[in-house]
Amino acid sequence: MTKFEIRGLRADVLIGEDERQEILKGVDLTVNSGETHAIMGPNGSGKSTLAYAIAGHPRYEITEGEVLIDGENVLDMEVDERARAGVFLAMQYPVEVPGVSMSNFLRSSVTAVRGEAPKLRQFSKELQGAMKNLSIDSGFAARGVNEGFSGGEKKRHEILQLELLKPKVAILDETDSGLDVDALKIVSEGINRSKETHQMGTMLITHYTRILNHVKPDFVHVFAGGRIAESGGPDLADTLESEGYERFVKAGA
Amino acid sequence: MTSPSTEPKAHSHGLGEIPFSKLATHGSFDVNDFPVPNGREEEWRFTPLRRLKGLHDFKGEADGVDRLDVDAPEGVTVEKVGRDDERLRTAGLPADRVTAQAHSAFEEATVLTVAKGTALERPVTIERQAQGGTRFDQYLIELEPMAEAVVVLKQTGTGVRAGNLDLHVGEGARLTLVSVQDWEQDAVDVTQHNAQVEKDGTFKSIVVTLGGDLVRLSPKVAYKDRGANAELHGLYFTGDGQHHEHRSLIDHNLSSTRSRVEYKGALSGKDAHAVWIGDVIIGEGTSGTDSYELNRNLQLTDDTRVDSVPNLEIFTGEVEGAGHASASGRLDDIHLFYLRSRGIPEEEARRLVIRGYFLELINRIPIEELRDEIMGKVEQKLASHE
Ligand SMILES: Nc1ncnc2c1ncn2[C@@H]1O[C@H](COP(=O)(O)OP(=O)(O)OP(=O)(O)O)[C@@H](O)[C@H]1O
Ligand SMILES: [Mg+2]
Repeated sequence: MTKFEIRGLRADVLIGEDERQEILKGVDLTVNSGETHAIMGPNGSGKSTLAYAIAGHPRYEITEGEVLIDGENVLDMEVDERARAGVFLAMQYPVEVPGVSMSNFLRSSVTAVRGEAPKLRQFSKELQGAMKNLSIDSGFAARGVNEGFSGGEKKRHEILQLELLKPKVAILDETDSGLDVDALKIVSEGINRSKETHQMGTMLITHYTRILNHVKPDFVHVFAGGRIAESGGPDLADTLESEGYERFVKAGA
Repeated sequence: MTSPSTEPKAHSHGLGEIPFSKLATHGSFDVNDFPVPNGREEEWRFTPLRRLKGLHDFKGEADGVDRLDVDAPEGVTVEKVGRDDERLRTAGLPADRVTAQAHSAFEEATVLTVAKGTALERPVTIERQAQGGTRFDQYLIELEPMAEAVVVLKQTGTGVRAGNLDLHVGEGARLTLVSVQDWEQDAVDVTQHNAQVEKDGTFKSIVVTLGGDLVRLSPKVAYKDRGANAELHGLYFTGDGQHHEHRSLIDHNLSSTRSRVEYKGALSGKDAHAVWIGDVIIGEGTSGTDSYELNRNLQLTDDTRVDSVPNLEIFTGEVEGAGHASASGRLDDIHLFYLRSRGIPEEEARRLVIRGYFLELINRIPIEELRDEIMGKVEQKLASHE
């Protein structure tokens, strides 16, 4: 049983040498193992900022608050330590790293997170299986990390990593956008596998209710103006779908 | 005609600001045709003269000794010849005082000839170990028409060395040269490569500069007929206090010739200094030239210095393609972030990204063990700078 807590989190985006802007204005959220929290909110409200700040992205700086995983302060950890502690971020825009092959990258990452190098044969079997589950052609393993991948291919590979690394908590930032109908199903199944097999806690950032038909949320939060403006059950998603964010944006302003 | 691209440049100087074509293509075999440089000359302004250990104004005695081991498969003739061998004067002129000095003073030259139509079944390896002192050298690698060869020159040891390596690629022949400068840390090496490529011949060079206190390597290409092709690739890892200077000159003196120049380096540590000068001349009255040159530098620490100067001089309107790019910068922190966000420790993430940066270049080396060896040396150097 894992408890992931975000408490009073404030963060700035670092724009230039001494230019910065506060984006997160006090975020509170607790995610327990097995729970899925959908986070919905208008463009520019700070959802990705929340995700990146938790992961330790160099362009963001946390100015106040805490992020705890089972009581351990995530913010005291290096970026890679956070991942090894079981926090995973599927990025809205996965990064291309030319010249580093996907298979090399995955092996290094699995080795680091699991604390020991998997046997080569065993790993390649595991990798092939995981790729097959996500309908990823085996040829991708030889390509550079995300290099020249289409938008949807990048998203599938984020979930491939998720499945290999088996995090305790995953933040999925618009993993559904850019996916075709079939891919959405495939990717959703991948997320659900992780939820079932090891009770992954999930923060699912999305603009669309469609993915919520596949990955059932326990809670839905409205994110506006750099904080959670309202929380509710799965029904809240439908309300948002029909009414939009207007009332929250006004309230936040 | 495509105009030169204007990607970000480091310490770059405008096109045509400094006329270079006359001097650089001219040259002379005679050291006395060049005045003793004072460091303000265009071709010397980046080189720390005092670290040449007297090469630019040589008065002493050439007392250096090299150990040379040549491993050549059937089809290659290896000769030691005297100064009077006329083949040694066919491949192009030394372009500066030091390489002219070498040509004026060498005692014996090594000549490798690959017979007409012979495709070597394995590479030629020349292991050269410098055993101190000052020495001037002359090498010639000659590929007769339709011959095919890979030649690896591995240079280790220490001393003060200046020389010319002439390369003659016959009609339809294909030569791949891999020259590794893995000198000990106090060595000085000033070398010019003079390649002449005949009709439909292909010359590929891959230069790997890792060692030495000062290495100044000037690969020069001239074309003897149409359809000739040259690709110059280079990799350098410049550590603290090292000076690595690469100066390529491609003279598209004839129509329908092609060139690619691609040099990539990494620098780390105090006063590491890398210089890349890429001169390309597209001659008057020529047509159908296809040329592109690129230099990239990865500055792993702030106390390093890069001078990257692409020079493209075009004297004709009939160009198929001509462009250049030069960029220097630090490791991309977003690349590192992505790898680290997957649990990979920082040091390993850096290693992966740097490996990736050099991978394509190293993969151009057509020998697997050598690729691994060089990647290993690069990683070793990287580790020693962490
Ligand atoms: N470098 C920057 N300079 C100025 N503003 C920035 C910079 N980076 C981010 N921002 C601003 O921070 C705000 C929050 O961005 P963020 O990406 O977190 O929004 P989001 O909620 O994820 O939006 P979307 O739904 O469109 O993905 C935006 O208004 C954005 O313009
Ligand atoms: Mg976003």
